[in-house]
Amino acid sequence: MIPEPKVVNTIINGDSKQILVSERDSLLEALRDRIGMTGAKEGCNNGNCGACAVIMDGRLVNSCCVMAAEVEGSEIMTVEGLASRDELHPLQTEFLDNAALQCGICTPGFLMSSYALLQENPNPTEEETRFWLAGNLCRCTGYDKIIESVLTVAKG
Amino acid sequence: MQAVNYARATDVDDAIRLLSEGGENARVLAGGTDLIVQARERKRKVDLLVDVKHVEEFMVLEFDSSTGLKVGAATPLYQVYGDNNVKINYPALVDASTVIGGKAIQGRASLGGNLGNSSPAGDSLAAMIVLGGVATIAGPNGRREVPVGEFCTGPGQNVLESGELIVYISFPPVGDGEGAAWERFIPRNEMDIAVASAGAWVKIEDGSVTDARIALGAVAATPLVASDAAEALIGRPLTDETISSAGDAASAIARPITDMRGSIKQRKHLAKILTERTIRTAVERIR
Amino acid sequence: MVATGKPQYKIIGTRPRRPDGVDKVTGRAQYGADIKLEGLLYGAVLRSPHAHALIKSIDTSKAEALDGVHAVITNADLVGSGQTVQPATAEALEPGKASPRWAAESILAGPKVLYHGHAVAAVAADDVHIAQDALELIDVEYEILPHVVDVQDAMLDGAPILHPQLRTGVRAAGVDTRSDIETNLASHMRLESGDIEKGFAAADLTIEREFTSSQFHQGYIEPQNATAFWSHDGRINIWTSTQGSFMARDATADVLGVPVAQVKVIPMEIGGGFGGKIPIYLEPMAAVLSKKSSRPVKMWMDREAVFQATGPTASSYSKVKIGVTNDGTITAAECLFAMGAGGYPGSPVGAGVMCALAPYKIDNQVIDGLDVVLNTPKTSAYRAPGAPATEYAVESVMDEIAEQLDMDPIDLRLVNVAEEGVKNSSGTPWPKIGAKDVLEAMKSHPHYLSEIQGEDVGRGIAIGFWFNGGMESSSSARVNKDGSIALILGSVDIGGSRASISMQLAETLGVTYEQIAPQVTDTDSVGYTAVTGGSRTTFAGGWVVYELGQMIKAEMISRASKIWDISGDEITYSDEGTVVGPDDAEGNKRAFSFNELASKLQATGGLIAVSASSSHTTQGAAYGGHIVDLKVDRDTGKTEILRYTAIQDVGTAIHPDYVEGQIQGGIAQGVGMALNEEYYYDSDGHLMNGSFLDYRVPVANDLPMLDVEMVEVPNPGHPFGVRGVGEVPIVPPQPTIRNAIYDAIGVRFYHTPMSPRRVLDELL
Repeated sequence: MIPEPKVVNTIINGDSKQILVSERDSLLEALRDRIGMTGAKEGCNNGNCGACAVIMDGRLVNSCCVMAAEVEGSEIMTVEGLASRDELHPLQTEFLDNAALQCGICTPGFLMSSYALLQENPNPTEEETRFWLAGNLCRCTGYDKIIESVLTVAKG
Repeated sequence: MQAVNYARATDVDDAIRLLSEGGENARVLAGGTDLIVQARERKRKVDLLVDVKHVEEFMVLEFDSSTGLKVGAATPLYQVYGDNNVKINYPALVDASTVIGGKAIQGRASLGGNLGNSSPAGDSLAAMIVLGGVATIAGPNGRREVPVGEFCTGPGQNVLESGELIVYISFPPVGDGEGAAWERFIPRNEMDIAVASAGAWVKIEDGSVTDARIALGAVAATPLVASDAAEALIGRPLTDETISSAGDAASAIARPITDMRGSIKQRKHLAKILTERTIRTAVERIR
Repeated sequence: MVATGKPQYKIIGTRPRRPDGVDKVTGRAQYGADIKLEGLLYGAVLRSPHAHALIKSIDTSKAEALDGVHAVITNADLVGSGQTVQPATAEALEPGKASPRWAAESILAGPKVLYHGHAVAAVAADDVHIAQDALELIDVEYEILPHVVDVQDAMLDGAPILHPQLRTGVRAAGVDTRSDIETNLASHMRLESGDIEKGFAAADLTIEREFTSSQFHQGYIEPQNATAFWSHDGRINIWTSTQGSFMARDATADVLGVPVAQVKVIPMEIGGGFGGKIPIYLEPMAAVLSKKSSRPVKMWMDREAVFQATGPTASSYSKVKIGVTNDGTITAAECLFAMGAGGYPGSPVGAGVMCALAPYKIDNQVIDGLDVVLNTPKTSAYRAPGAPATEYAVESVMDEIAEQLDMDPIDLRLVNVAEEGVKNSSGTPWPKIGAKDVLEAMKSHPHYLSEIQGEDVGRGIAIGFWFNGGMESSSSARVNKDGSIALILGSVDIGGSRASISMQLAETLGVTYEQIAPQVTDTDSVGYTAVTGGSRTTFAGGWVVYELGQMIKAEMISRASKIWDISGDEITYSDEGTVVGPDDAEGNKRAFSFNELASKLQATGGLIAVSASSSHTTQGAAYGGHIVDLKVDRDTGKTEILRYTAIQDVGTAIHPDYVEGQIQGGIAQGVGMALNEEYYYDSDGHLMNGSFLDYRVPVANDLPMLDVEMVEVPNPGHPFGVRGVGEVPIVPPQPTIRNAIYDAIGVRFYHTPMSPRRVLDELL
């Protein structure tokens, strides 16, 4: 049985979008395969790596664990929406200047997760930062420079 | 993802109708962090996802010091552990709900989902059991209440009949002299399934334990209500010896398996260690 | 940073932003799975549910009939497989010589499946869901065979045999023999020197221990992927995440049986590899699905497939015997290492053998290595392949020797440390190496000098070695009219090599880093370049751009000579990038800045375009030493890392942040191996923990900050003293942590990982 295509109305990074999805699509698949927004990455597709993290109605979620049909009427923010028209977000700048990425595949997820952390707790300790980011796997850096970057941005 | 349809329930009755009509492969979609993955990986046959998150009763979080706490089956965990009344009165729920998956999972996952998934290792289950949690279930034949400790019947299996779903879970108010805690053991510091977990609730009057509940996770086919461990405490002064005997009793009732996450020997030992630790933490938390 | 004899550099040693950085923090960078082509189909792979079975039949007809399915393939569709190539023979087992049939059967199983997850068939469909539906419609009839997943079990008489045609090839000390017995031993290698009997006779203390280790996976976050389009004219374009675009091209052409020039590989940004993205997996499948469907086909693995069917490193069995005199001098060493290669020959045991004793001067030594096939995924390289297992065994024995001699473990190593001129296990004298510098830096490090306190807290140390790679690299450069330089690289950039190579070109030419625009290109657009691996990329890439720089300098001088109408011999190219001639007849200075002269190139013969390929073997080995403080919870068996310091000879740190990052990343992976990562098979040979949930790579709160001290002993075999840095740091963590756990709780472990379960087993 192949379900009928379904239209999902949503707001992505401030822009209204109508996405034609399969009812079998996750939000991650809708973003990547249906509208070509490939900033969110698939690392595990089962909620254990955080590479697909986006913000849905103000909360950090793994977009692989959200059905596309569920975002009808929701607002989504992805890594593509982090920088303003004129400049990078301070987290992006600090990740670059502090070499917080090597291969970069986990970076979009870490940025979204770090953004969500600082929204909720603008002055996290190292321990709080490590705990918050534990749902995002990085295999390249050993986490040092990522944690340092988030703490640096928090300090302003 | 296997072929599924998605339906958004408009109220509790609508959810019951969708589930009833959908048959055995219709499933309730709360946070989806287990269900979506199981359906995608074709580990569970699902052809209809009934999203209940747009129905208020599934999303409640209400506290009243005289009646207790009511948590909607789909209320996301971050709301549970972020709530001041929960933090003050039900810290054992915070213990469990802050470590289920990472932050991105907690933005969606719920206590009701954790219970409905009925994994023996479900982190919140032992905590809910010792806190006296009761699931309110709605179905074609009306509503009924089932204590969390009696809800699961096997790995992934529970008391829900066709067309039934959990609406909310309620917890009794917290009285004087009561404290509770929950702890699990995982090999990493986050992002793991419990090798074993334990919850403890104790009531102490005049230096003696007058009531207690102990529950264990991941050491049997369902979460276990460790009555023997509680009995080892009740009526006794709280000493290292009584705590140790409660730990021994917990270990004795554990019926774990050896698998990729742990061995029988390890789990039986951890049942004791975690029981003892949570009893001590529970006591520390008594106001 | 400790540096000896390092010149003053202007660019090298600074920390500029990476050229690909903005794309990667804004989500714009195009990784393999991000590509979108018109008419794209999506692929999926059916994998074996059994560890070892004969395939009696495959019926794909129902899958082909499913609406939305465009192509289904099996091994028979791979041109290079089946009857066109002779069955693998013993000759195929010579090191470095792969069997073409096995190469194809590794992509899609032939008569047998050899491990749980072995690819059996593949489908291309309109979307990924339909492709997965189609997999359920493929009927495969298996005859299950006995299996073996343990390396020691696989060597036993009567073990299930994977390849009936396999015969042991013993290649030791000039001997090359073959037996007639069916075996899982794919090859044997031996390194020997001196007289070990005499050596052990001279020892006051001899310790012999056996060790085992589980299989570990590289655990890159980006799953393998490949998108292919096989045009009607026979041209095959492949977009993929690979560590080596040329190797992927050549291997794909071999499997498909097409000329190499027919295949173009376009390397996409790569989301980690650590050795695991050197082999090809999906590329030939995507190509053949594309040929069958006349559409581009994109495939990527799900995470379970990544764990089941790619990468892992070998499980190992080691036996190490070391004899010492009372002052700690090693008199002899005898080692045996067996490694599980997976379903087909080719474990990293050879590299492990060469590394095992490399930190030390040992006149009398014998090292044997055995390559063993078993029913697990075919292993691939993983960061210093082979070395973590063999050096873990040696460093563990060294710790026990130090304890028995009541010597400081660093002092014991200093007594025996390898230095320039000392012969290594292969009999070659070491050039200038930094092993001693590292040990001395460890001994005086504040971490080592600090006191440790607390119950069940311990400290351990160990050192590690990796020989680093040289091999072939190619680049080309064009000087634009404003002096900016387009730099074309053949090396895939997996962690910052666009930056580190551009920095070396800027240093060579005396220009700014910012005026160089590097890009990684496809296999049709640059000369052959070996894989990004073996810690070779910054070394070899630096060599090539140094050579390009010399060519550009010579051409710039030649243009100035034309303009000034004087001999080039009178013109010099300064370190600042200025072309200077003698004063003219009127006494005016003759000089052009790089950019000035660039603006005159078109008028003097055209813009400069140069290309170079080179292969240098002077890569320079590297050593690192680690110190850890940790605490063991006796109730749960869990180990908590409290403090970690790594000291490493990095040659010259081109971009110190990236060097630190490599070392920190290596430590984290090594900590994972030491404590929690491992493949878990059930009794039927099924891999049970093929997910990031149950294959436990370290998460952010498993680790403290990882302190790195870089020791710079420049490599005399490189224009800027570069040594590879990426692999050394994964070697010491296992023995370092093992030795510290002993210090903490008095228990010696002989298996990694030392998971809480295993620690508890010892304590209960």
